[in-house]
Amino acid sequence: MIGRDLLGIEDLDRAEIERILETAEHMREVGRRVVKKVPTLRGRTIVNLFFEASTRTKASFEIAGKRLSADVVNFSASSSSMKKSESILDTARTLEAMDPDAVVVRHAVAGVPKQIADVLAAPVINAGDGAHEHPTQALLDLLTVKLEKGRIDGLTVAIVGDILHSRVARSNIYAFGKMGAEVRICAPPSMIPAAIETLGVKAFTSLREAIDGVDVVMALRIQNERLSGTYLPSVREYSATYGIDREKLKFAKDDAIVMHPGPVNRGVELSHDLTDHRPSVILDQVRNGVAIRMAVLYLLSGRRQEGEPKLELETGEEK
Amino acid sequence: MTSQQPDSHPEYTASNGGRVVMDDVAIRRALMRIAHEILERCENLERLYLVAIPNGGVPLARQLAVNIKQIADVDVVVGILDTTLYRDDLKLKAERPLLRETEMPSAVDDRIVILVDDVLKTGRTIRAAMDALMDFGRPSSVQVVGLVDRGHRELPIKLDYVGKNVPTQPDEEVRMSGLAGDLDGALEVVVVPGRPESSGGKR
Repeated sequence: MIGRDLLGIEDLDRAEIERILETAEHMREVGRRVVKKVPTLRGRTIVNLFFEASTRTKASFEIAGKRLSADVVNFSASSSSMKKSESILDTARTLEAMDPDAVVVRHAVAGVPKQIADVLAAPVINAGDGAHEHPTQALLDLLTVKLEKGRIDGLTVAIVGDILHSRVARSNIYAFGKMGAEVRICAPPSMIPAAIETLGVKAFTSLREAIDGVDVVMALRIQNERLSGTYLPSVREYSATYGIDREKLKFAKDDAIVMHPGPVNRGVELSHDLTDHRPSVILDQVRNGVAIRMAVLYLLSGRRQEGEPKLELETGEEK
Repeated sequence: MTSQQPDSHPEYTASNGGRVVMDDVAIRRALMRIAHEILERCENLERLYLVAIPNGGVPLARQLAVNIKQIADVDVVVGILDTTLYRDDLKLKAERPLLRETEMPSAVDDRIVILVDDVLKTGRTIRAAMDALMDFGRPSSVQVVGLVDRGHRELPIKLDYVGKNVPTQPDEEVRMSGLAGDLDGALEVVVVPGRPESSGGKR
């Protein structure tokens, strides 16, 4: 159950996703304690390897590791030898020599975490690779919906925004699909990937049709560099057509919730009012993100590859 | 590599041909006696705090609270404390055990905490529970209830209240069944022969 690495939701089955969610629900309790720390990963080393700028995801993994008592080391692009033109694989081999128990990787190019996982004995967790996947984001979105709605199966979820460039969209399409939800995507025609229906989603260009009767509206961040030019005529037009506000939200179910992976371009993807108030659950998503990452680190950090001398310990008798 | 059970707390099942060492009546009598013993030893009933170790400790602690209420008309707080994240064997295993619920409704500071577990063997679970408890606060004292003491201790831990001492072989498993039914279902403690690949039953 659950492989050595977490590279994408595509690789997981429903039982594995449920196991991660259940574990995360228990990890939430640790975050509510006065002493927010358990000794589970004491003496373990977790490396955050971020080739692409990230504040929240990196902080979330770091807090998650520390709440489990692991030592967390951050390597980021600005400070690492990537600036000194070391290749990705050489960086990975260098890391390997430091015997980490888990490596968290973010990179602007799809597939880099997989490439690194292939040479490391330590489990690799993908923290976002290009437009490919961002599995822990999708897992925290699942957890947030499950806690809000009590279930995921049978719900309808509309993902609105730049589907074409979004790893969050891709991971969530897999995640909600595998958990039995109906997934709709909605974007300007220029931002809908070709043949997206093969992933089992319904594609819409009309926001009103897309969110008609849905339980969850998930707005995606529009990257600034794409706001004007080839993909979109203007910010204002995008916001008027696809920005979520209370007026447009009336087409969704009365108890629909609004999600956003952050950071929000206020007044673009979401109105100011919706960014700050229910039914948006943006800060719950952030909180649940720590629990999900604790769960993933807990479940994977015992899994350095076989053949390593360290693993001989694992055949030991139970005490 | 991991031919052993992924979780050393196997799913509790109904009696499957093992020998019954405590039936429902015996368990309920033991819990009534233990409730009396707790009251006898406790000078300050308001400070009592029953903390169950899941899964087996939960129905036992709830029944103890009912008994104490019945005898002394005192409402005792019942908490649930999962010890999994504090286990000392996690680093030896690739497969992580499932977590269970933790629900501690009040602070433990200055409370007389009574840990409640179903089967005591090595003492390692109680060791983990004490570590977990200290993260929640500073109890004035900690005592332990075990429904069954099966011996084979590996740490210097003793029970303050024992339902029954049951001599066992190390590889046998001792299970309490009927957990799902909470207080209403019939409880039963059975000893079943160890499976060849088994981890030796309750820790």
